[in-house]
Amino acid sequence: MTIAVPADGELAAFVYHEARLIDEKRFAEWYDLFAEDGLYWMPLTRDQPDGRVHTSLFYEDRLLLKVRIERLKNPNSFSQAQPSWCQHVLQAPAVESRDDARNQYVVRTPFVYAESQGDRQDIYAGVAWHHLAVLEGRLRMRVKKIDLLNRGAALPSLQLFL
Amino acid sequence: MNRYRNDPAGIAALVRPDSVHRDVYCNPEVFDLEMERLWHRAWVYVGHASQVPNAGDYYTANVGREPVIMVRGGDGKVRVLMNRCAHKGAKLLSAAQGACPGGILRCPYHGWTYRLDGSVRTIPLREGYAGSGLEESPAARGVAAVANVAQYRGFVFARLSAAGLSFEDYFGESLSSMDNMADRSPVGRLEVTGGVLRYMHDCNWKMFIENLNDTMHPMVAHESSAGTARDLWKTQPPDAPKPMVIEQFLPFVSSYEFFDKMGVKVYPNGHSYTGVNFSIHSQYSAIPDYEAAMQGAYGAERARAILGEARHNTVYYPSLTIKGAIQTIRVVRPITVDRTLIESMTLRLVGAPDSLLERSVMYTRLINAPTSVVGHDDLHCYRSIQEGLAAGGNEWVSLHRNCPPAEPSVVGTHNGTSEVSMRGQFRAWLAGMTAPEGPR
Repeated sequence: MTIAVPADGELAAFVYHEARLIDEKRFAEWYDLFAEDGLYWMPLTRDQPDGRVHTSLFYEDRLLLKVRIERLKNPNSFSQAQPSWCQHVLQAPAVESRDDARNQYVVRTPFVYAESQGDRQDIYAGVAWHHLAVLEGRLRMRVKKIDLLNRGAALPSLQLFL
Repeated sequence: MNRYRNDPAGIAALVRPDSVHRDVYCNPEVFDLEMERLWHRAWVYVGHASQVPNAGDYYTANVGREPVIMVRGGDGKVRVLMNRCAHKGAKLLSAAQGACPGGILRCPYHGWTYRLDGSVRTIPLREGYAGSGLEESPAARGVAAVANVAQYRGFVFARLSAAGLSFEDYFGESLSSMDNMADRSPVGRLEVTGGVLRYMHDCNWKMFIENLNDTMHPMVAHESSAGTARDLWKTQPPDAPKPMVIEQFLPFVSSYEFFDKMGVKVYPNGHSYTGVNFSIHSQYSAIPDYEAAMQGAYGAERARAILGEARHNTVYYPSLTIKGAIQTIRVVRPITVDRTLIESMTLRLVGAPDSLLERSVMYTRLINAPTSVVGHDDLHCYRSIQEGLAAGGNEWVSLHRNCPPAEPSVVGTHNGTSEVSMRGQFRAWLAGMTAPEGPR
């Protein structure tokens, strides 16, 4: 099904679907949701304007995302000898801005995210900002930016994708 | 638990020339003694002067388990004060860094105020203390300032113990790694910037610091991350421009021969660095604007010598590790016997193009972040040691690699895959744990 101008409901459905692909480890399908110049970004500080001269927790182009996804298939990924699993719980995504003429849509989604490995479970909260565009008839992510609530805290290993 | 406290011979028996007993990593009493002795007597990294550029600016840290404030006074001097009100002990500052309002320190509990050198400025209703003995008590002396503070190329260190080696004697020629990092700025100055990555490690602090000069692990532990990057890169056309991320990942899966020939240099007192001859940082792409600026500042020959160094990790035992060639540092904050906070920072080479900082920022995110696929596998290994050492049958950790019989000294340049740097660390550890007690 190709989309010309997405309805708000279609934008929200994209966000739910995107989180589900991560939780179900359907990473090839998830990767395919990123535009060619797509960016997966989790800033380290509040109001961080830039990911190039300021450190981020994630600032991944498609190449870096590919490295992460392929690594998870590698039997020598020792930190995943006991695999991690994650679960997103999303608040209803809200269309924050839409510009049909310029094909720019921004969706804001508060979330709770749990990452579990063995006996350990870490719970995170934050807000996801999806910057979407219709490309070749389907919605894709130009930017997925995650404002993690405790981004400045001393964090343990965070191994999957928020 | 008082098994080791009054038993110097018991402590000494934990360290053999070629191996160490598991209690150095696992025993809570040994950890307590490390904080009281080794970390008290060592010159411990506090912060960088560039983090407190103006009078009244502060940065909070811990030296061992003791909370401190690094603060710049009105006289421009950077001091290290105990972060403890002289009255009832409340921490005066709780934020990571900032500026003291009004250029004074004010306790949030009862409002005692102090000058930036720690001396008492005001006490509310002071007349209530008349004849009370307060004036003769420690409280009247104000906030304790650490007497032994030294600054080198902006790096600020404190030694809590009144007795001990001078800063220069403690670090000696290892300071050349700080020189090389700072000299990479055309104006010879560094500035900490770009945020602090804080990564909690559930392992003993020594596992982290030993790993910094361990060159036998990257090709194994990082095969899944750097090796994956290498394999993905192989699928690209041969003339494709090599992205910075690939330049940074690929050397991690270099051969044993590469890491062996890199060389390791060991100094007295536990300090050392890998990358004597070349390192994983040697093959980064040239940045022509920067090289021109360096030649303009230093002349061609000197600029070539500065940039020709590619030191990988320099360990300033026990609290700081720096990567001069890529301008990142990691600070070691032990919390408990099996919990250690690692804080990673990037430094701007003042006067150099932003692309240098961009390279540092990318490196620290790829390698040192809680989200790093390289860091994940390192931490997995440290945790595995912490848990594995509970196993019976062998209470000793081997540090035999390239250890000659009756190794006379560890100081000098060695083949890069030797475990000599770790043996050097434990010589320093033993000295710090068993030296006669100086005045506190």
